[in-house]
Amino acid sequence: MTGATAVSSSLFMPRVQRRRRSGRAFELLCMLLSLFGLAFLAVLIGRVLWEGASWISVKFLTNFPSQMFPENAGIKSALWGTIWLMAITTLTAVPIGVAAAVYLEEYAPRNRLTKLIHFNITNLAGVPSIVYGILGLAVFVRWFRLDRSVLSGGLILCLLVLPVVTIASREALLAVPKSIREAAYALGATRWQTVRWHVLPAALPGIMTGIILAVSRAIGEAAPLIIIGAVTYVAFVPTGPLDYFTALPIQIYAWTDASQPEFHHLAAAGIIVLLGILLPMNAVAVAVRASQQRKKLW
Amino acid sequence: MRTKRTSGRRCLVTSAGVLALVICGWCGPARGQLSGTVKVDGSSTVAPIMMAAAEMYQAKERKVRVTVGISGTGGGFKKFLDSQPGLRTDISDASRPIKEAEISKAAELGIKYLEFPIAIDGLAVMVHPSNTFCDHLTVDELKKIWEPGSSVNNWKDVRKGFPDLALKLYGPGTDSGTFDYFTEVINGKEKASRSDYNASENDNTLVQGVAGDKGSLGYFGFSYYEANKGKLKLLAVDGGDGKPVKPTIETIRKGQYHPLARPLFIYVNAESYERPEVRSFVGFVMDSAGRLVEHPKVNYVAFSDEVYQLGTKRVQAGKTGSVMTGVPAGADMAELLKKN
Repeated sequence: MTGATAVSSSLFMPRVQRRRRSGRAFELLCMLLSLFGLAFLAVLIGRVLWEGASWISVKFLTNFPSQMFPENAGIKSALWGTIWLMAITTLTAVPIGVAAAVYLEEYAPRNRLTKLIHFNITNLAGVPSIVYGILGLAVFVRWFRLDRSVLSGGLILCLLVLPVVTIASREALLAVPKSIREAAYALGATRWQTVRWHVLPAALPGIMTGIILAVSRAIGEAAPLIIIGAVTYVAFVPTGPLDYFTALPIQIYAWTDASQPEFHHLAAAGIIVLLGILLPMNAVAVAVRASQQRKKLW
Repeated sequence: MRTKRTSGRRCLVTSAGVLALVICGWCGPARGQLSGTVKVDGSSTVAPIMMAAAEMYQAKERKVRVTVGISGTGGGFKKFLDSQPGLRTDISDASRPIKEAEISKAAELGIKYLEFPIAIDGLAVMVHPSNTFCDHLTVDELKKIWEPGSSVNNWKDVRKGFPDLALKLYGPGTDSGTFDYFTEVINGKEKASRSDYNASENDNTLVQGVAGDKGSLGYFGFSYYEANKGKLKLLAVDGGDGKPVKPTIETIRKGQYHPLARPLFIYVNAESYERPEVRSFVGFVMDSAGRLVEHPKVNYVAFSDEVYQLGTKRVQAGKTGSVMTGVPAGADMAELLKKN
């Protein structure tokens, strides 16, 4: 014992200062690198706020875009387009995604086929959004004859977020301990009763988090919507799912591309509104996750 | 409003008519009655004109929905000539005349179209404001710089007497109509260009590039120059006759700034033109083309009134097809319209 101590001290003790220094240097490096990302974010947000904050007003939210009078231009059509898209995407992606996860986790036998499905869903989550746009153009716009409508756009975004919703829901279901299901079965519950009254409620916060994050990804997308031919200038709010539409990212893109500097301020103001929708959504997701950890049933 | 009504309602109808007159001002009670959707798509160069037109038009015809998309000239024609009639746009914006391939596609699908020249877009060649040695370039010098495989990377190789300064090139990306137009006129073949230059579809990126690089040379739309005057130096262009011409609204309109000024068009589906809302919107565009185009927030060069009148007559007479087929770039629009 004493021999071992002597050996270790003779090997390591003399360099303890140096080891501590290199440890601290590494810590500092990591801290700087993490601040690097934050600093960039701060610069970007600061610039956008600087350029656009003074352009935000009630008028900006309630007016239609204007080429002739940028000082009166607004994002009413884009904002409503985005709200329509969010509604359609959520209403379609949530039932399909959660149902798929429930089937795969709770009902499906674990065989090669379900493994293949799992594998494919994981891969689909990494497919570039523009590919979904091309698919949507062929299937929804042309084949289903939904035209270049807000419904086509919403369905494409649904396809885009479906893998994310499914994976998040699966993981939430997976986190529910087996003992809860066994307890329900032991009391004579059917599989449906077990899923409906025990497993799903326990997994709900995790599922919610996944849905919110997925939908907030969807509303920032422009590429697939441009592919299906969402228009840039619309001076009306969609009144039905088959109406033409524009969305916030498309409107912002069009404004950044315009020559007059006023439009760049409008673009910045549009970005602030988009962030104003996204950040609270993400905050809700974080809050849901936090409360889930506090109120754990097991 | 002038059709038969029951006498009991006449008073109400009359007062509604007076009210409509007051609200509509000069446009009279017949306006404001239309509804429907007019789909416009195509060139990003033409889009500001059509967005401004849609905005002004919808202030009067509140029930007509005009949508304007930006898919580029080629992308716009794809939607104009879609195989599914329901997906076709009514109006296609184009920063060049319709191409042979598009004409034969239209014939194949049985689509007839009306053409209206809406504005002139001047391409501007620009350098960094600190550049004092270069005031103009000839088309040949531009070609030497921009042709495919060009190895001119220093100003001293452009013309004898130019200083030893690295040449940094900026230009639009290959999807842009401006690129098609410049390469055809300067390099003699559409899309034939050296590729080792800073390319961007976003004209603002180009403005910033040219303004931030001492040895810079770039080309893009004249309206973008107008909006960024202080940051850039505009070059005169010598079309080959030894007389360099600086692009201004006047020189572009009169055809003197040759060959870097191009006509912009709208193409209207002749079948759509039968629909009252499309006819009314197109009529509005043709009537107010000059005003729309020269609006400070749109900022192109308007054709002469004669061109607009000839173009309007041609559309109203239902003459389909393009007057531009087989015509070399830089031709006089009024002459072409008179001939047809």
